[in-house]
Amino acid sequence: MSTQSSTYVPQPLSFAFTPAYREKAAAAIAKYPEGRQASACMALLDLAQRQEGWLSRAAMDHVAETLGMPPIRVYEVATFYTMYVLQPIGKHHVQVCTNLPCWLRGSDEILRACKDALGVSPGETTSDGLFTVNEVECAGTCVNAPMIQVGDDTYEDLDYESAKKVLEALKRGEKPKVGSQTGRQCSCPAGGPTTLKKVPGADVKGGA
Amino acid sequence: MLNDKDRIFTNLYGFHDRGLKGARARGDWDGTRELIAKGRDWIIEQVKESGLRGRGGAGFPTGLKWSFMPKEPQAGKPHYLVINADEGEPGTCKDRDLMRNDPHKLVEGALLASFAMGAHASYIYIRGEFYREAEALQSAIDEAYAAGLIGKNACGSGWDFDLYLHRGAGAYICGEETALINSIEGKKGQPRLKPPFPAGMGLYGSPTTVNNVESIAVTPTILRRGGAWFAALGRPKNNGTKVFCISGHVNNPCNVEEEMGIPLKELIEKHAGGVRGGWDNLLGVIPGGSSVPVLPKDVCDDVLMDFDSLREVQSGLGTAAVIVMDKSTDIVRAIARLSRFYKHESCGQCTPCREGTGWMWRIMERLAVGDAESADIDLLEQVSRQIEGHTICALGDAAAWPVQGLIRHFRPLLEERIKARRAQTTRAA
Repeated sequence: MSTQSSTYVPQPLSFAFTPAYREKAAAAIAKYPEGRQASACMALLDLAQRQEGWLSRAAMDHVAETLGMPPIRVYEVATFYTMYVLQPIGKHHVQVCTNLPCWLRGSDEILRACKDALGVSPGETTSDGLFTVNEVECAGTCVNAPMIQVGDDTYEDLDYESAKKVLEALKRGEKPKVGSQTGRQCSCPAGGPTTLKKVPGADVKGGA
Repeated sequence: MLNDKDRIFTNLYGFHDRGLKGARARGDWDGTRELIAKGRDWIIEQVKESGLRGRGGAGFPTGLKWSFMPKEPQAGKPHYLVINADEGEPGTCKDRDLMRNDPHKLVEGALLASFAMGAHASYIYIRGEFYREAEALQSAIDEAYAAGLIGKNACGSGWDFDLYLHRGAGAYICGEETALINSIEGKKGQPRLKPPFPAGMGLYGSPTTVNNVESIAVTPTILRRGGAWFAALGRPKNNGTKVFCISGHVNNPCNVEEEMGIPLKELIEKHAGGVRGGWDNLLGVIPGGSSVPVLPKDVCDDVLMDFDSLREVQSGLGTAAVIVMDKSTDIVRAIARLSRFYKHESCGQCTPCREGTGWMWRIMERLAVGDAESADIDLLEQVSRQIEGHTICALGDAAAWPVQGLIRHFRPLLEERIKARRAQTTRAA
């Protein structure tokens, strides 16, 4: 369940999808059978959050109205799932996985790197509004642990130094290379695959 | 070791083209129409014969599950296949690779499985965090539509089939099939009481089967090569191949497809470069994702990686996510971290789980520093037994088992820590 703090935040008075987002919303609704448009609730909340940066009450009401749902049903969904952000956050949402597989491989060091590079602890936002750091549960990249997720991208196979490097690059407005920071290919063992070395047409190189 | 020719996921690591052209070169979408022409019963028979057991953790026979669907849809009750891609069990990251690197296997499997169950529509529920994976999968779906492989008259088979992606938004509990169904319906992801079972009344009140990504993605290959081929791999009742995820204290953490029943030690040493500091530096292994009890080293020495072998040692294959811990690990802190996870992810619906997960976590945190009485260990065990089996879904069990495993195998360590702390505080006083 969502564990966001209930600090009071001023709510915007209104919200409406821009034409581009309205088009995406319509495509999401079209995925479900006639009369089942409530199924698109999650997708529309995500779109509203992408448009606005967070999910305001007005945005939830707009989603409810679009889908013909009682607003309370939409609030229930918005407060249940952890990815909906109910108050403004930094431009980059840095999510550090600290679950067991990441912890075993040094996620404490990644939290330290966040603190050193950005000066904030989990739950805090930098004063320039650029970064919010949060601890999250398993993000599903366990054989590439430890990792952080920033927005839609993951940075994997981190250690203190490489995590700091990624964050500092983001701070400079750069786009660091996503995925493994040790250069290995997806979940392939470091040093090269132990299987399927001779697939026709394969260009199989080991990672670092 | 499994021969390369028997591996299903030949692009697990994404070294090759994941698009339709690359997939076809690897044998996907080959003769799909002919497979459909053999009929629903033939497909279900082949999957039954293959011995495939669900790859999402519970290990229920897939073919049998499919046969629970009604033969003919009733008016206004269309059948649905729902594919569970809400991969969130700590330690598990196999479906991610299947979706980002080999997505056409899943798309083709969705068509074949849906046809076998009389479903014209299927939803893939992918966890919200897997945004890039969802993009990869959507592009495979778009390619398949454009090539006429799915959609109206899929593959020229006469069967109409639509496949949709539904993104989650961060909730481990949505991996539970009825919570997942509620989530697709636009509700909070809270599990439903069973019965009615989804095969009778699932998504939108219609007959629904929920299968894991891997279970569906292996189907086309099983049908092409025959159920007997798959059944010949692995061990009796534990057939076929499996994608294992090896994380934690190994030299080379990785995913790898191997034969069911491979010895744990061989799996770790052949593919993951061995335990950090050597096998003798091993403390214990969680063999099937965070929900299954930890195994101490002496069990790890010769245990086989399949459903029944791991059940015999009071653990489980789960999602085949092998979390390795070497002797530097504070195992109490490790299990306490898992307790915190379950407390965070409890949906709050059933009292034993909502309250009990928090209770276990608080005791675990105290045990981690030894701030407890010996009787607290028994209390913890008792609390775990009062959660286990007393909730609507298996999250309660999943929260209880790691704690029970810790007490079963590491009780002396817990006692020792309590004693050490007491000695320290007495000295300080």
